[in-house]
Amino acid sequence: MLYNRKKTITKVPFAASKAGLAALALTSAMLSTGLLAAIGEPEKEDLKFGFIKLTDMAPLAIAYEKGYFEDEGLYVTLEAQANWKVLLDRVIDGQLDGAHMLAGQPLGATIGFGTQAHIITAFSMDLNGNAITVSNDIWSQMKPNIPKDSEGKPVHPIKADALKPVIEKYKAEGKPFNMGMVFPVSTHNYELRYWLAAGGIKPGYYAPHKGDTSGTLDADALLSVTPPPQMPATMEAGTIYGYSVGEPWNQQAVFKGIGVPVVTDYEIWKNNPEKVFGVSKNWADENPNTHKRVVKAMIRAAKWLDENNNANRPEAVEILARPNYVGADAKVIANSMTGTFEYEKGDKRAVPDFNVFFRHNATYPYYSDAIWYLTQMRRWGQIAEQKPDSWYMDTAKKVYRPDIYAEAAQALIEEGLMTASDFPDPKTEDGFRAPQTHFIDGITYDGRKPNEYLTKFSIGLKDDDQI
Amino acid sequence: MPSVESKSSLANLTNLLPKLSFSTTLAGLARHLALPAIGMLIFIMLWHVAAQNINTSLGKFPGPAQVVEQATSLVNEHQAERQREQAFYERQHKRNEKKLAKNPDAKVKIRPYTGAPTFFDQIITSLITVLCGFLLASLIAIPAGIVIGLNNQLHAAFNPLIQLFKPVSPLAWLPLVTMVVSAVYVSDDPMFAKSFVTSMITVSLCSLWPTLLNTSVGVSSISQDLKNVSQVLRLSWYEHVTKIVLPASIPSVFTGLRLSLGIAWMVLIAAEMLAQNPGLGKFVWDEFQNGSSNSLGRIMVAVLAIGLIGFLLDRAMLGIQRYVSWDKSTATR
Repeated sequence: MLYNRKKTITKVPFAASKAGLAALALTSAMLSTGLLAAIGEPEKEDLKFGFIKLTDMAPLAIAYEKGYFEDEGLYVTLEAQANWKVLLDRVIDGQLDGAHMLAGQPLGATIGFGTQAHIITAFSMDLNGNAITVSNDIWSQMKPNIPKDSEGKPVHPIKADALKPVIEKYKAEGKPFNMGMVFPVSTHNYELRYWLAAGGIKPGYYAPHKGDTSGTLDADALLSVTPPPQMPATMEAGTIYGYSVGEPWNQQAVFKGIGVPVVTDYEIWKNNPEKVFGVSKNWADENPNTHKRVVKAMIRAAKWLDENNNANRPEAVEILARPNYVGADAKVIANSMTGTFEYEKGDKRAVPDFNVFFRHNATYPYYSDAIWYLTQMRRWGQIAEQKPDSWYMDTAKKVYRPDIYAEAAQALIEEGLMTASDFPDPKTEDGFRAPQTHFIDGITYDGRKPNEYLTKFSIGLKDDDQI
Repeated sequence: MPSVESKSSLANLTNLLPKLSFSTTLAGLARHLALPAIGMLIFIMLWHVAAQNINTSLGKFPGPAQVVEQATSLVNEHQAERQREQAFYERQHKRNEKKLAKNPDAKVKIRPYTGAPTFFDQIITSLITVLCGFLLASLIAIPAGIVIGLNNQLHAAFNPLIQLFKPVSPLAWLPLVTMVVSAVYVSDDPMFAKSFVTSMITVSLCSLWPTLLNTSVGVSSISQDLKNVSQVLRLSWYEHVTKIVLPASIPSVFTGLRLSLGIAWMVLIAAEMLAQNPGLGKFVWDEFQNGSSNSLGRIMVAVLAIGLIGFLLDRAMLGIQRYVSWDKSTATR
């Protein structure tokens, strides 16, 4: 909006009237006995949230369209942003109250990689949802290296081992092998690097203490930032040979015949955390009730998206296809949102958990998820020196706020909108998932031992390595 | 003698009446209507043929048919959005009534509609932003131009700076302006959105130079006769400026203003794409990001709208120039 117009009809403040005082006394009595844990009135009702045009902004769109925000007394405007940097800057300087963010953005901003600002999150928006796509030319060179099943179709998951000979060929010819990802602290960057490194390809290091934030030191594959909508065009032009991005940009490449997705992040790390709803710490401190109400509305939206085994997804596709949300053609969005994924043209496979919004405790902000991102930041040099395990724990606790999530969940249970079984048990949940084993390279991740985890990788910084 | 004078004045009157004849009317019509129409038609045919032949993997180039189709869908979307707005206010009223019924002393507010702006809302936003930016630029450039034009020393002092900043592109100014606005324009309840202020200032910075230069040139090249009149009548500096300088330099000032307005409109579209001001620039960028099969058609609709509005703004400026000029013959095209 150009300027903020508010028309208020003010009456005598509730609290000052006799009825108000009596109600106040009653409420405080109830609160003290713990019978009424309801969240108070929102401090700020007109909110503006930003998002990037990717299908996993769905919880925000659904919470708006289904009236969940309005049920909480919040009047939310959703605005698409030009790119991840603009989105983060606008949250930091207050133009946006909160935004659809990459899981690494609150962490990167809080530790000072990029613009420094204390950002927190109390809500994980989804799990999975990305894929890595390569150009047709690279795919034809990779295909002979991939084992086939009895029907002649490539065996999935496709590991980067199939790409390694191609990269060596390019290196021998003196041609740089360029790939794209969306942001230096994006999940896409870390997943692409993980996949490449698991195949023995070096994706490059960052050296911020030396002023080098290009991430291409000692690299076999050069990774650079490209905004998602420009990725298909950039790959078509030959500037990059592949990219890692969320939907609908992988399926767009298939529909337009310019590339082939080779692996989804579901296959790289099953049920990995992807996007979060981030707000600045100052905003959250000034507007605690508003924040909890926003989380409540979004939990309801996430539940709706996964309800009845994804029965609502077709309706979600129709909403997302609108030009003011994701805007891509509905048939492009439909694939991944309704549980299939097209790899090579004609090779459609079932991936029912390609986007997970609520199942598997997808909305809970786990500390172990935050710590995984921090370990990867350390692995590639964005964190220049070794940090003790306690530093990882403390940073995760500063940025990820399951306490706020728990209060929102409690309010939903008391209002009868959800049941206790929908959420992790607050009495036993400590914020760490059990050690996770479904990685493409078979390495187990235990969030409580970040430094030990780093030593398991053959490529990547570990212990007190420094560039 | 009265009779001779009246006869000559009658003759003058008949001279003023348009000389109507069949051939001149036809020529006039041809020049003003038929030829431009033929030009347009040829262009549309060429466009249609070219669009059919440009079919890349990233999409088909939008032809006139797609543009008309998308323009109608934009109108329909606008109407659908207005209906959603009605539903929104109805829901609010119902909620407020429920609140008041439960407790007659509760505070109720009417909140403005939260939906996304439609294409036509965005056109209005762009127009308001460009006019505010242009006004700000003119308020700075015209007085500065007058002062620099009248004084040779000031001209020599400031000319290098003007030449240095004139060629700077809006996208280069944008990060700096965004930073300054974020730091300086802080308020709990701002009247204008920061994106609006950023876009407006960027537009002003880029569009004030033509006005500034043309004003100073116009002011410094007033005919010596007029300057002599001013000296003979011993006019004060203020009277000299308002009675002699300004009226004499209006053609140059308005040339500068028209150039500035054209540049302001171009700069605005670019600035909006990054500053996120909800106008036509943002519409184009968002459509590009959508990447749907309708996107290129909608971008073409926006391109034509931008061109049309730029043309209308220029004509409006020309109209103002004709009204304000004392020598009507100088404002012709």
